[in-house]
Amino acid sequence: MNEPDPMTTSNRLSSAFAKPHPALVCFLTAGDGDTAANLDALVEGGADVIELGMPFTDPMADGPAIQKANIRSLGAGTTTADVLRIATEFRVRHPNVPLVLMGYANPMIRHGPEWFASAAKDAGVDGVICVDIPPEEDDALGPALRDAGIAPIRLATPTTDDKRLPAVVEGSQGFLYYVAVAGITGMQQAAIESIESNVTRIKQSTDVPVAVGFGVRTPEQAGKIARVADGVVVGSALVELVAEHGADAPARLRELTAGLAKAVHSAARAPRKEEKA
Amino acid sequence: MVASKANTFHNQPDERGHFGDYGGRYVAETLMPLVLDLEREYRAAQADPEFQREFDDLLEHYVGRPSPLYFAERLTEALRVGSPEGRGAQVWFKRDELNHTGAHKINNCIGQILLAIRMGKTRIIAETGAGQHGVATATVCARFGLPCVIYMGAEDVRRQSPNVFRMKLLGAEVVPVTSGRGTLKDAMNEGLRDWVANVDDTFYIIGTAAGPHPYPELVRDFQSVIGKEARQQMQERIGRLPDLLVAAIGGGSNALGLFHPFLDDPDVKMLGVEAAGHGLDGSEHAASLLGGFPGVLHGNKTYLLQDEDGQITEGHSISAGLDYPGIGPEHAWLKDSGRVEYTAITDEEALEAFQLLCRTEGIIPALEPSHAIAAVAKRAKEMDRDTVILANLCGRGDKDIFTVAERLGVEI
Ligand SMILES: Cc1ncc(COP(=O)(O)O)c(C=O)c1O
Repeated sequence: MNEPDPMTTSNRLSSAFAKPHPALVCFLTAGDGDTAANLDALVEGGADVIELGMPFTDPMADGPAIQKANIRSLGAGTTTADVLRIATEFRVRHPNVPLVLMGYANPMIRHGPEWFASAAKDAGVDGVICVDIPPEEDDALGPALRDAGIAPIRLATPTTDDKRLPAVVEGSQGFLYYVAVAGITGMQQAAIESIESNVTRIKQSTDVPVAVGFGVRTPEQAGKIARVADGVVVGSALVELVAEHGADAPARLRELTAGLAKAVHSAARAPRKEEKA
Repeated sequence: MVASKANTFHNQPDERGHFGDYGGRYVAETLMPLVLDLEREYRAAQADPEFQREFDDLLEHYVGRPSPLYFAERLTEALRVGSPEGRGAQVWFKRDELNHTGAHKINNCIGQILLAIRMGKTRIIAETGAGQHGVATATVCARFGLPCVIYMGAEDVRRQSPNVFRMKLLGAEVVPVTSGRGTLKDAMNEGLRDWVANVDDTFYIIGTAAGPHPYPELVRDFQSVIGKEARQQMQERIGRLPDLLVAAIGGGSNALGLFHPFLDDPDVKMLGVEAAGHGLDGSEHAASLLGGFPGVLHGNKTYLLQDEDGQITEGHSISAGLDYPGIGPEHAWLKDSGRVEYTAITDEEALEAFQLLCRTEGIIPALEPSHAIAAVAKRAKEMDRDTVILANLCGRGDKDIFTVAERLGVEI
């Protein structure tokens, strides 16, 4: 599984989005089940980017599936050190697959943003998505991440109007995560028309690739979205497989990921801003 | 007002909603445009005399304000027994337990429902711990004919069942929350989840001076009617201001409501009382300021009960209304600035104070202000007889008689 020439942080993410096809981004909660084996299965299935969820006691933006994954992980005693160890070991096994940490502010800033940025850097993390730090509170974490060479990945949502959009894309690196529904993870799916018009709108104001998530469960949905975006994020559907199949989860994860990857990778990549001009 | 003074405690928060390092707007992007919208609407309401007139009118004729200021003569005497010679301060109460619905929570709900109506929102949600905020929210929703959903931890549904029934009578839907330990913080998570999924029509009436900006500021402002009245009533009754203000703190709204109008009166000392539960040395307490560290939860940066990894730990208090692992950000700032002193009272001490007030004054207090009364009992004995303590009697105890009976080993 070892690949030659480990890449640096900034180019792992940009390479993933520079492939000739849209990227499949797969989410799992760290410490829920055998995370190393489960992550390997995602990579083997064809995931282009790994999103590793940092468990938190109060996952306010998450629906029941990921809430329960957080509770299982914390119940098993997962610490921040464990999450960082999972990332470090992943980086050794997969030198070229970008890994992004996703979570909530409090565990990230508990010992100061600089501590977290440097620990994440040492663990080979490429980007960080923090759900509850909007651009208005960027100071709480953003500068430390940028100084450490880690991409702060911002979220845009259906409520992000044109007035706010510049503030959201400004200072966002790696990719922009478009949250397709106003709601929590794992619930309803958005209409493809709404996704398309919002992604188009966002891409007019940034060169950063746009990945779309929330409510994406099947290869069919993922394929449709991949035609209008640079990437597709799948979370709850994978987390549910971990909950359901425990030690047998890797085979199931590999299977679902392969189906998703096939659908996403065969879709034509959305035009970039500079290509349209 | 004293706002023009350079050295004022009334100049917070700043335009980004920060109280020093605390407060702010730590919310998911989906909610960010909503809290900005709310702030705009609140500024417009502040500048609109009609809004203030309507607020004042409802407080007077619907809530029953102004609430009385009461000299607790027999309690004062009881506390003097056994005090050192010449000691034993005069104890006064601001009687916010006499408000419609039995607590201070209604002051804030009136303000927020008027804002919701101004904004054209047609559905109300709220979280509740003791059930007092839930009852107050259900009440104003019935009064204005708006549907309302109340999130309440499953454990709190059990220990505050009379309030659950009240909310239902008032037409609210009460949703028991089973995630976490099933208390106030979990109910707040669920409220936020509802809000992100219903951004177009829903107004979230937060029950304490916490959450993303502008909630801490507007809840404080609506509750400040307590301190404004008390300040004037004290002048009228004794011709001067009290020496010490005391209030219990869950999220901090009744305390800020009393304290805020006095913050720039240098001779008025203030004491906020957190819940020490089984004691501050263990983990079974709800004293965020005395036993927690700064962090981010529920939209604001403030002191939180948390572990080394920033995981939120569950608080404990006999009082459901104080059982919250955070605290309003203005208190975090007032603590660091030294303007307000904070202390904590155990379950046992609060139970004793509860009974003391029943027997000396014929007032059954809620368990929340029983914490304040216990702190008053300690302080009064150390202060001279000509000094005056004013405590916020922010809720009545009907809702708590089952909990108290259980703790006293009485079956009812
Ligand atoms: C009577 C009473 N007092 C106090 C509180 C605590 O809230 P706060 O600190 O916001 O006043 C509650 C909360 O439910 C309450 O019902």
